[in-house]
Amino acid sequence: MNKNNYNDAQDDLHSFEAVIGLEVHSQLLTKTKMFCSCQNIFGKEPNSMVCPVCLGLPGALPVINLEGVRLAVKAALALNIGINKKSLFARKNYFYPDLPKGYQISQYLDPVSSNGYLAIETDGAEKRIRINRLHIEEDAGKLIHIGNESYVDLNRAGTPLIEIVSEPDISSPKEAVSYLKELRDILVYLDISDGNMEEGSFRCDANISVRRKGAQKLGTRAEIKNVNSFKFVEKAIDYEIDRQIDVILSGGNVIQETRLYDSKENVTRPMRGKEEAHDYRYFEEPDLPPLILDAEFISDIKKSITELPHAKRKRYIKEYSLTEKDSEVLTQDKNIAHYFEDIIRLNNGRVEIKKIANWVINDLLFALKAKEGNIPKQEDFFNLILEVENSNINKNAGKIVLTEMLLTGKKPNDIIKEKNLAQVSDEKGIEDTIKQVFKENQKELEDLIGGKDKLFGFFVGEVMKKTRGKANPQKVNEILKKHIENYKKGGN
Amino acid sequence: MDLSNLTIHQINDLLKYREVKSADITNSYIERIKKIDPVISAYLYTDFEEALSNAEAADKIIQKNKDFPYLTGIPLSIKDIFLIKGKKTTCASKILNNFISPYDATVIKRLKKNNYVFIGKTNMDEFAMGSSTENSAYKITKNPFDLNRVPGGSSGGSAASVSADLCAGSFGTDTGGSVRQPASLCGVVGLKPTYGLISRYGIIAFSSSLDQAGVIANDVLDAAIMLKAVAGFDEKDQTTRKFEIKDYPEIVKRADKSIIKGLRVGIPVEFFSEGLDSKIHSKIMEIKDLLKDLGAQVVNITLPDTKYSVAAYYVIATSEASSNLERYDGIRFGGRFNEGKGIQSLDELYRKSRESGFGKEVKRRIILGTFALSAGYYDAYYKKASLVRKLIIKNYKDSFNDVDIILGPTSPTPAFLIGEKISDPLSMYLSDIYTISVNLAYLPALSLPAGVVDNPTKKGGVLPIGLQLISPWTTEAKLLSVAKVIEDEVKFRDKYTPVI
Ligand SMILES: [Zn+2]
Repeated sequence: MNKNNYNDAQDDLHSFEAVIGLEVHSQLLTKTKMFCSCQNIFGKEPNSMVCPVCLGLPGALPVINLEGVRLAVKAALALNIGINKKSLFARKNYFYPDLPKGYQISQYLDPVSSNGYLAIETDGAEKRIRINRLHIEEDAGKLIHIGNESYVDLNRAGTPLIEIVSEPDISSPKEAVSYLKELRDILVYLDISDGNMEEGSFRCDANISVRRKGAQKLGTRAEIKNVNSFKFVEKAIDYEIDRQIDVILSGGNVIQETRLYDSKENVTRPMRGKEEAHDYRYFEEPDLPPLILDAEFISDIKKSITELPHAKRKRYIKEYSLTEKDSEVLTQDKNIAHYFEDIIRLNNGRVEIKKIANWVINDLLFALKAKEGNIPKQEDFFNLILEVENSNINKNAGKIVLTEMLLTGKKPNDIIKEKNLAQVSDEKGIEDTIKQVFKENQKELEDLIGGKDKLFGFFVGEVMKKTRGKANPQKVNEILKKHIENYKKGGN
Repeated sequence: MDLSNLTIHQINDLLKYREVKSADITNSYIERIKKIDPVISAYLYTDFEEALSNAEAADKIIQKNKDFPYLTGIPLSIKDIFLIKGKKTTCASKILNNFISPYDATVIKRLKKNNYVFIGKTNMDEFAMGSSTENSAYKITKNPFDLNRVPGGSSGGSAASVSADLCAGSFGTDTGGSVRQPASLCGVVGLKPTYGLISRYGIIAFSSSLDQAGVIANDVLDAAIMLKAVAGFDEKDQTTRKFEIKDYPEIVKRADKSIIKGLRVGIPVEFFSEGLDSKIHSKIMEIKDLLKDLGAQVVNITLPDTKYSVAAYYVIATSEASSNLERYDGIRFGGRFNEGKGIQSLDELYRKSRESGFGKEVKRRIILGTFALSAGYYDAYYKKASLVRKLIIKNYKDSFNDVDIILGPTSPTPAFLIGEKISDPLSMYLSDIYTISVNLAYLPALSLPAGVVDNPTKKGGVLPIGLQLISPWTTEAKLLSVAKVIEDEVKFRDKYTPVI
């Protein structure tokens, strides 16, 4: 390839844009399955959480789980998607061993919710990703392959799912990930889903096509399945965009197909042709009446929706003057956000909120990630912050206390007493220690006075060592400086 | 006294006044089944041990308690489409040859609460698809009035078992006439209630929006008793409704000629056009005149869109069936072909298991329904048929503004010969031409013996014919009452008995 061609190719590469739509399946945290009264729990012995209905036994009939409907409507309200007061269940027919009835009960022509949007942050600006629909359906069972044999576990069969289908408004892998994160945060926040991608309770398929910038017509799309982490979503879409551009630039045509992402090789590969050639023969589920939602049902759900992560983030920035980054970390997990807000209430203006945020992010979350242990009670953690901020102990000692708190659950004051960590601030004591250190390090002292300023830190360290970390470092600095100045001036 | 020639209410009287025990009744049915059923083949299987133990349990209840439910100690047969816990349920299909149900249908649960005596499962067309019971994978049931003729279908075994006194009553299902048509052909009463009145839970689905459990009985009062025992809302079936369940037996007992006075009876002209046997035509006209004499106002009505009902029905029913029967795939149900040996792929397993497990008519309907739901054809077939269904519902609704009840024939012909129509599906489908629209419109209807016609192939023999009464949604009480009055006039049971 000569240089000119290469540049052309580069130009070409940048003359494309990606068009991405996402289909998200999220399990609902209901007590029972969507159409029967079996428990909706995981990790039980295969085929132990089953009944005639979810086994698809002859004669068994589905019954709508209103709790599932409630969670779906809650999700729709939180995602600004219109609620349809009348919706229909439909059968999606196909044969597969994990689908005991030979059809999945889903919603097709009239979903419970349609037309909405989700706002995401992209490059500091807000972008609205339109959502086409949100509907209720049931999950299939699981196949377990052992050697040459395959087994069917139907514990998952019939568990409730919502499918959320976006419009093709997403234009980069990054946007796709922020859409998914935002979506998951909301579902987890509202206790609609546990949002666990690895375990498959939050799953994503991506429809991807590329076109020349400015073109009106959409390119042929490929559907990517089997992506089970945010990182892989980003990589898979990235790969697929490049692949499609390559196909077009080398004169080929993208074909409409379903592709699977292989995370080990970081490639997408076409699924075997046969599996995607489905005609699902959708039709209205004759075993279920239309789902009619009255205004009271909807307004009751509306009342149960609490502050969403996006709004929380904005409030933290505005009300607490936190950075965007810190706000995001604090709001990612609802439990952390609630913990943080509890401490702010305890604080009642005493300590600067920014400092509290730092304590939570840099000390508490960091320590929890690094070490074993349980999150301390809000009161205890706040008392620790107070001890440090009031200079009763220094920051280093604070860290020691925190580690101990996580491990033992003891109160900070007890730990401080036990470990004798109260800070030494009396000048006389510090002065005596400094004199002692000078005596033991004559040569270094001479060098320092002679102009080797770097050695100042060495002396601070020695003093701290002698006080076993308890000295108030600020005081040490102050007094040490005073003494050195005196020496320089030719004093004692 | 012949204990196997009684109605349910007669048996109930005998039990109440301690003249017999349920065990005696049950034993006499068992003896008769042993003697007669090898000829009739109404039963797919019987369980005499269970029957006797049920009877003993019922006798204990009767001894203890004066006020026991009507069906206590009454031996009933059950179409092999109802699931009974611990019992084989095949739907007369090879594909369910080994299926033992792990649970009870709601109907069965309620019958057990009523202390009924289970005597056996009756033959039927495979998956209730057919009008002659010839589509059973297991046996051919004979019409008790002529052993060369079919009992009708799909609940042919049930109708034959009641007609031949092999039980006191039977539960069947009616998707397009499957209770009424065999009742008509066998000279017994067949009631198909309003859709949603009886739970479908535990009844093997053929076409979910059309299927409804029904009763086959010796007389109208028995039908009322059987209906009362099982009707009513079921939280396991969301298509059941909280309809008011009336005391049908009491209402029927009180029904007399006076209720016919002023009754507006509609005669749909579409039900008396070509294809209707002329002798049946005149028999129904006799009934019409009888009602007129009793003071009814009889008017001709028109149900113009019912001429499309067979077409609409065969699209809707086969579409739903194609989906309902998907679960019989060789993975969990029925004969996995060759126990899976030598099968190379999942597709082959599905194909071979279904090919060998289903009979011809079932396959025909699965293919029809699959086609009708396919992308590109859905609008032309399923959607169009659903629109026709709405029109038919409206036809009936409009008519019921003017009349209280509709009278017509149940079947266009009396019982036909075994083998006569089996190779001509279209003529077989037309056997249900007068019953199908009722299912499409979710209405209740009843077939009542109206008399007999001469048997053309048997000198001196007769064949029963049935009249059909159709009434508005949830008006079973009225339907049964009118039928009772006609029954008292016709006196079919007193006049005609099967050849067996
Ligand atoms: Zn279940």
